[in-house]
Amino acid sequence: MQFRRLRLPGALLLFPVLVILLTVVVAHLLKTEPVAPLEGSVIPEEAEERIHTVDAAFLREWAARDILPAPEADVLTLIRRLSLALTGATPSLEELRRLDTLPTEADPVQSWLDHLFADPRYHHYFAERLTRAFVGVETGPFLVYRRRRLVNWLTEELATNRPYDAMIRDLIASEGVWTTNPETNFITATVIQNGDNKGPDEVKLAARTSRAFLGISLDCMQCHDDKFGDYWKQSHFHELAAFYAQAEMSLTGVREARSKDYEVAYLGEVDPGIVDASVPFQPDLLPESGNRRARLARWITHDENRTFARAAVNRTWALLTGRPLHSPVDEIPLEGPFPVGMEELTDFFIAEKHDYQALIRIIAASEPFRRDSRSADPTTPVTRAQEVAWAAFPITPLRSEQVAGSVIQAASLQALDQDVHVITKFRRFGETRDFVKRYGDQGENEFAEEAGTIPQRLLLMNGKLVAERTGPNPIMNSATRIANYSPSNEEALNVAFLATLTRLPNEREREHFIPQLSEFKKKGKDRAMADVFWALINSTEFSWNR
Amino acid sequence: MESMTPSFLSPGSCGKPEHLSRRTLLRGAGLVGLSWLTPLSQQLAIGAEKSRSRPKSVIVLWLQGGASQLETFDPHPDSAISYGSTSIKTAVKGIEFGGGLERTAGLANEFSVLRSVTGDEGDHARAMYHTKTGFRPFPGVIHPSIGAVMCHELPVPVTGGKPLDIPTHISILPSAFPARGGYLGARFDAFQVGNPVRPVADLSSRVDSKRDEKRFKSLSVLEESFAAGRIPDLEGKRTLHRTSIESAKAMMNSEQLAAFDVSKRPASERNAYGDTPFGRSCLAALELVQAGVRCVEVTLKGWDTHINNHELHLKQNEILDPALASLISGLKERDLYEDTILLVGTEFGRTPKLNVTEGRDHWPHGFSVLLGGGGLRGGLAIGETDPSGEKTEPARKVKVDDVHATILSALGIDYESELTTPIGRPLPLSEGRLIRELL
Repeated sequence: MQFRRLRLPGALLLFPVLVILLTVVVAHLLKTEPVAPLEGSVIPEEAEERIHTVDAAFLREWAARDILPAPEADVLTLIRRLSLALTGATPSLEELRRLDTLPTEADPVQSWLDHLFADPRYHHYFAERLTRAFVGVETGPFLVYRRRRLVNWLTEELATNRPYDAMIRDLIASEGVWTTNPETNFITATVIQNGDNKGPDEVKLAARTSRAFLGISLDCMQCHDDKFGDYWKQSHFHELAAFYAQAEMSLTGVREARSKDYEVAYLGEVDPGIVDASVPFQPDLLPESGNRRARLARWITHDENRTFARAAVNRTWALLTGRPLHSPVDEIPLEGPFPVGMEELTDFFIAEKHDYQALIRIIAASEPFRRDSRSADPTTPVTRAQEVAWAAFPITPLRSEQVAGSVIQAASLQALDQDVHVITKFRRFGETRDFVKRYGDQGENEFAEEAGTIPQRLLLMNGKLVAERTGPNPIMNSATRIANYSPSNEEALNVAFLATLTRLPNEREREHFIPQLSEFKKKGKDRAMADVFWALINSTEFSWNR
Repeated sequence: MESMTPSFLSPGSCGKPEHLSRRTLLRGAGLVGLSWLTPLSQQLAIGAEKSRSRPKSVIVLWLQGGASQLETFDPHPDSAISYGSTSIKTAVKGIEFGGGLERTAGLANEFSVLRSVTGDEGDHARAMYHTKTGFRPFPGVIHPSIGAVMCHELPVPVTGGKPLDIPTHISILPSAFPARGGYLGARFDAFQVGNPVRPVADLSSRVDSKRDEKRFKSLSVLEESFAAGRIPDLEGKRTLHRTSIESAKAMMNSEQLAAFDVSKRPASERNAYGDTPFGRSCLAALELVQAGVRCVEVTLKGWDTHINNHELHLKQNEILDPALASLISGLKERDLYEDTILLVGTEFGRTPKLNVTEGRDHWPHGFSVLLGGGGLRGGLAIGETDPSGEKTEPARKVKVDDVHATILSALGIDYESELTTPIGRPLPLSEGRLIRELL
C-alpha cells in the first residue's frame, strides 16, 4: 500500500485543527467539575446492636489476654482497604474528593460501602474472586465450560444483591446449557471429555463443594479415612460425591439422570460397590423430595447447617482483610473450636437471610477492621500477639491484579469505573492482563501470604506499566498533570501521596520530597514527579494491604 | 509466612556448615527465596554446595503440544500405524528414531528413551500440569514443578564463592504453562525470559544513575515511615520487600547475566544449535547451567499436529535435532553432562491412527520421554508400545510420576519425603517409583 503524500496547503489546514482538537481533549481531561456528592448513611440502630455483639466477642478476648488494641485507623486507611477489597484498586482522587461532601453525621465507612455497592467494579471484581473459590482458575473442558459466563452471572447476582444461599443453590442444582444457564458452569467445569467415565466428575464436585460451600476440606478422604481425627471417613467423601452422580451432559445441557448410580471401591476393597447419596452430618436437614442435587443444595444452604454460613463468613472476612478468621480458609473444624467472632458473624449472616452486602457491612464496621496496623507510638510497635488476636489490622500482600489496578488507577485522576471510555477500559484490561502474567497470579491460592519476589520487584522498578503510567505525559498521566497544574509543591506532593498510598505525607516525607520538586521551576518538574511516583509505587506500602 | 521462619541453628549447634543438616539449611534458604541470602546462610549454602557430589542441574526441553512418539523416539516403521513415516538407525543397535533426528540419533548412547510413559490426562492444560509436576490437578492445591522442587530441596548454588545473583529456576520461551512453584510459593516459580537474541526484560533501569540514586533514597524514606509503629522485622519476617529489591539490583548489575546473552558465543557454536529461537535457547540453557543455575526449561511449541502430522513433525524435528544434539555435545565438552540431567518431555503422545485430516490426536497411553546425563544410564530403550496401536497398556509401563521420582532420586533428593502444603495436607515430593534400569 502506498500512502499519498499530503500537499503543503492541506497540511497547513490540518495543523490548526489538530491544535484545537488537542486543546479540547486537554481541557476536557483537566476540567475540575464539582464532584457528585457522596450520599451519607449511618449504621441503623438495629444493626448497631448486632455489631456490638460481634465486637463484644473480640473485646472480651483482648481483655482476657491482656491485649491492648491498636488505635483506630483513619478514614482514608479504611477506605483504601475497602476499595482494594471490593474493586481491586485503590480509590481514585476523584472519589476521594467526594469524601469532602459527606454530611458530618454520616458514617464514612458505611457511606463508602453504599458508593462501592452501586459501582460495577465491585460486582465484576467480587464475582471474579468468588468464582475462584467456586471453580478455580483453570480453563477447564473445551466448549462445555465457559468460565467468563459464570463470572458474568455472578456479577449480575452481586449487582442485585441476591441472597447468597439462593446463588449457591443455583450453582449446585441448576440444569440447562452452560451458555444460557451460566450457573451450570459450576458443574461443567469438571466434565471429563474422554475415556469411560465421561460427564461431570463427582469426585471434583464433592471436593469443591465441601471446600467452597462448607469450608471443610475432605480431599484426603477421597482415598482413606482421616488420619488426623476420628470423625471423617472415606465414605463421607463418596457419599457426598454420590449427590452429583446423576448429573449428566445431554443435548439440553446439564440434567439429572435419576437411574445413574455412583460406584467406588473403598480402600482395601477390590470390587466397586454402589454408594448411596448421604450427607456427612445433620442428616435430619436433608429434604426427602427432589433430585439429588436439589436435595444437596437445600441441605447445604439450610439455616441450621451453620457450616454453610460459617464458610461464607470466613471467606468474606478474608476477602476484606486479606486473612481468614480461620486459616486455611476452607478447613474450618466441624465442631470447633472456632476463632473469636466467627460464631457471632455466622448468627448475623443467618439472621440477615444470607444478605451478602449486610455481611460485608458488618465486617467493615467491626472492631478488628477498624484497627490500625501500627501503634500510635513508634517506640512501642504493634506486636504479633495483637495482630493474631485481630487487635491490630494484619499486613498482607496485595494480589497481582490489585497492584496492577492500583498503578493504573493512580495514574488517572478520575475513577476508572463504568463511565470511562471504552478505549480506556480496553487499555486497562490489556495492561492488567500483561502485568498479572508477569507479576504472577496466585490463582486459587487466594490468601497465601507470600513475600515479594525478585521478578515482581523488577517489574515494578523497570517495567513498562509503571514507566508508561508515571512518565511525562500531560494527557494520560496524573503524575505529569499534578506536576504541571498543582498550585504549590506541597499540594502536588499531597495529591501524589493520595493517588498512590491514599494518605498524606508525614513531616519527614515532606522534608525529603519538597526539595526534590522545588529543584525545578517548570521544565523538568514532570520528571521529578515521575520519580516521586516511582518511589511511592515501589514502596512496601503500595504492594501490601495495611 | 512466619510459620516458615527459620531457626537456622539448633540448640548446641556450632554453626559450621558441615554440621548442619541439609533440611536445616533449606529452611533458611527457603525463607529468602532462590538465591538471595543473609550472610550467615550464604556461608551455609557455600558449605553445603561444596559437599555435593550429585548432579547439580536439570535441563528440561519441553515439546509443547504433545510430540508424536511415532515420529520422534518410538517409530514403528514396518507397521500400519507408521502411515509411511520414516525411521533412522541410531548409535545404539536395535534403537531407531524418527526421520529428521539424525544428529541426535548419533548420540543415542548418551541417553535413554522411555517409550512407555503413560499419563491420565488427555487435555493439554491438565496433562501439562501432570507431566510437569508428577501430580494430576486437584482442587485446593497447586503442585510444584520439578525445577521448583529441586530449588527448594537443594542448597542455593554458589559461584565464585558467593551465591548466584541470577535466578536458579529459569524458563526460556515459556508457554502459557511455565514451570511453577505451586504450594512452595511464587518465589520458586521459573523466572521467565524470551528469545535470547533480545535482552532479558526489566533488567535495565529506565532512568540515568543520578535519578536512580534519588529514587532509591526516596524509597528508603518511605520504608522508614512504613516500618514505624508496625510489627518489628516486618521486612525480614514477612514482606522481604527491600531484600528482593536489593537482590533485583544485584541481578541487574551482575556479570552472570552474560549467560543469557548467546550473541557473544562464536558463530560456529551458535550455528550448530540451529538458527532458531529454540536453538539459541538451548545454548543459553547450557550457559546458564554452567553459571550454576539449577533448572532451565526451554519450550519448543508446535507439536499439536491434529492436521498434517507427518510434515509438521519433520519440520519440528529439524528444529529439535541440531539443538538437542548440540546441547548434549556442549554439556559433554564442558564437562557438565555428569552434573546435569537432561529431560526431553511432552504432555502426551499422539494417536497411533491418523485422523481424516492426516493428523494424530492426543494419546496419553504410551509416549516417549528422553532422559540422559547426571550419571543416568544411557543407550537404553525402556518399554514398548504396541506396533498395531490397539493396546492402551504399553509393555513395562512407566508412569509420569516415575520419571519425577527417578530424577529427584538421581539428584539426591528423598522423593518420598513429605512437605506440609499451605492447606495443611502433607504431600510427598513424588508418588512415583524409581525406574531402576536407569540408576
